[in-house]
Amino acid sequence: MSIVANRKSSPVAVANSQKNGRKKGPLDGFSRWANKHRKWVLAAPAMVFTALLIAFPLGWTLYLSLTDSSGSVRSDSEFIGLQNYGEVLTDFDRFWPAVGRTVYFTGGALAFEMALGMAIALLLWRPFRGEKWVRVAILLPLVATPVAVGMMWSLILDPNIGFANQALSWFGIPAQPWLAGQDTALTTLMFVDIWQWTPMVVLILLAGLTSLSDEPDEAARVDGASAWQRFWYVTFPLVMPVFITAILLRGIDALKTFDILYATKGKGGGSFHEVETLNVYAYGLSFDYNDYGMSSAVLIIFFMMIVGCIWLLTARKKRSNR
Amino acid sequence: MSSVVDKKATLPEETRLALSFTKRPKHPATRAYGIFRVAALVAIVLTFLAPLVWMVLSSLKTTVDIYDPSAAFVFSPTLQNYETVFGQASYLQYIFNSFWIGVWSTVLSMILGVPAAYSMSRFVMKKSAALVLMARIIPGVSLLVPWYFVFSNLGLVGGYGVLILSHMFVLMPLFVFIMISFFDSLPLELEEQGQVDGLTPIGAFFRIALPLSVPGVATASILSFIFSWNNFMFALVLSGSSTKTLPVAIFDFVAYASIDWGGLMAAAVVITVPIMVIALFTQKYIVSGLTAGATKG
Repeated sequence: MSIVANRKSSPVAVANSQKNGRKKGPLDGFSRWANKHRKWVLAAPAMVFTALLIAFPLGWTLYLSLTDSSGSVRSDSEFIGLQNYGEVLTDFDRFWPAVGRTVYFTGGALAFEMALGMAIALLLWRPFRGEKWVRVAILLPLVATPVAVGMMWSLILDPNIGFANQALSWFGIPAQPWLAGQDTALTTLMFVDIWQWTPMVVLILLAGLTSLSDEPDEAARVDGASAWQRFWYVTFPLVMPVFITAILLRGIDALKTFDILYATKGKGGGSFHEVETLNVYAYGLSFDYNDYGMSSAVLIIFFMMIVGCIWLLTARKKRSNR
Repeated sequence: MSSVVDKKATLPEETRLALSFTKRPKHPATRAYGIFRVAALVAIVLTFLAPLVWMVLSSLKTTVDIYDPSAAFVFSPTLQNYETVFGQASYLQYIFNSFWIGVWSTVLSMILGVPAAYSMSRFVMKKSAALVLMARIIPGVSLLVPWYFVFSNLGLVGGYGVLILSHMFVLMPLFVFIMISFFDSLPLELEEQGQVDGLTPIGAFFRIALPLSVPGVATASILSFIFSWNNFMFALVLSGSSTKTLPVAIFDFVAYASIDWGGLMAAAVVITVPIMVIALFTQKYIVSGLTAGATKG
């Protein structure tokens, strides 16, 4: 579990590598320098790449959010301070509904995925016959291309020709509008997300469960605890750190959901923006309306929200670890 | 930790003795629970597999059969939708694009990510690792705008290079993430031994740590290729008409007036089936990669 704190190489090895009696070549100086600073030499390419591709664009986004940049990417823009933020935060037509949809979609998907994921992981925890097949069934949605998954569900959930309504009609349930309904589209997509990503939670929790020792569970059993008590008071607290990790990983990705929304409802999240989450909204502002200033302001606010959520979760995690 | 762990120590003496002599019982599942469990497992398998099966079935139907509820499961399969998909010569080009971009972004992410992960693991560079892992939380759209500015000014939008770079932004952190947890579990003694035998520290990395980390690199590579193959948003903005990847190209089947459902499903099958086959053959790797680092606090 814990990482060894002192990972420096032993003095013997260092001495050895220095008095290694080889002929001095032109590369020797460089090689000695590289070895001395190997910590940064090995890490530098990745760090520079990250900085160029992330830190710099992020800084630029921050700058753009303070300008009225729009239209062509080459046109001039003026510095307008916090005006964009003011406009965004007072925009009750598009921005705040998008925030609401993002929170609703992420919260709903996350709640179902964690609960279902935990239940399925517990079912698969102990070995049984045929578990191979179950594992395969769980793995496939996870690797399927989200855009194709969106297309697949569009057909299944099509109000007129989809299999979903056909199956409902066997039980005498009236046809549902699913993705076509203004009020039902986002919830339907939430369940598509749950279908695709619950397996991810299952895998993470299963890894956590299998790494637990059996003893606490057995001790509780000997003490006469019921199955439910053993889970709630023994297993769940022990698997809690992994559970939090799963919430973090899934939550971040659910917040940024884009592919299935775009694939099923197209640009702008449908004709009435009924599935327009923050990510879709920001994308539309940039690449459909070319309003880069506003879009950047939305993105910076979005980013702050994500960081805030992570900070809240990890702060709790640190406390519970102590 | 909670007080649960030392519960055993507080057990009455005779119970502990009994525990140490009896074999631990297998889980005494009641009959009712057993039936519930089987039902639940069947439901799980059906829920996750049925939609995918439906996609494959629909791709083998004529348009008439797709619109006919009575032909849901009974129909004469046809390959005409696949002919539609592959009949467009460009579709082979799109498959190649997806593959080519996936391979190159994976290889380049490996070259950058593996040494970095090694260094971060051996020197416990928590802050640097956190910087690289930032990429996981940043919404891709916020990077696309600046990238689009820069690359369109350089006249690079629509080329392979830009797509490979943008995919690396997702893949390299994945490599770092998986490889850090892999190197953490690799004992230090082997490399130290190598240095005693006269290797430089970097030599020890290349000659000892790297060969030992092949399983980890394989895991990260497979996952990385899948992530690249499935990526949609970057290619949507940065690809040109000849460098489209499959997820972008599939929208050709969605016209404004009507949707060619059969062709669409065939195209969806063409995208997802290769990935699923890879996943089935490399199941263990994928699972270990996806859960890497998750079980560490």
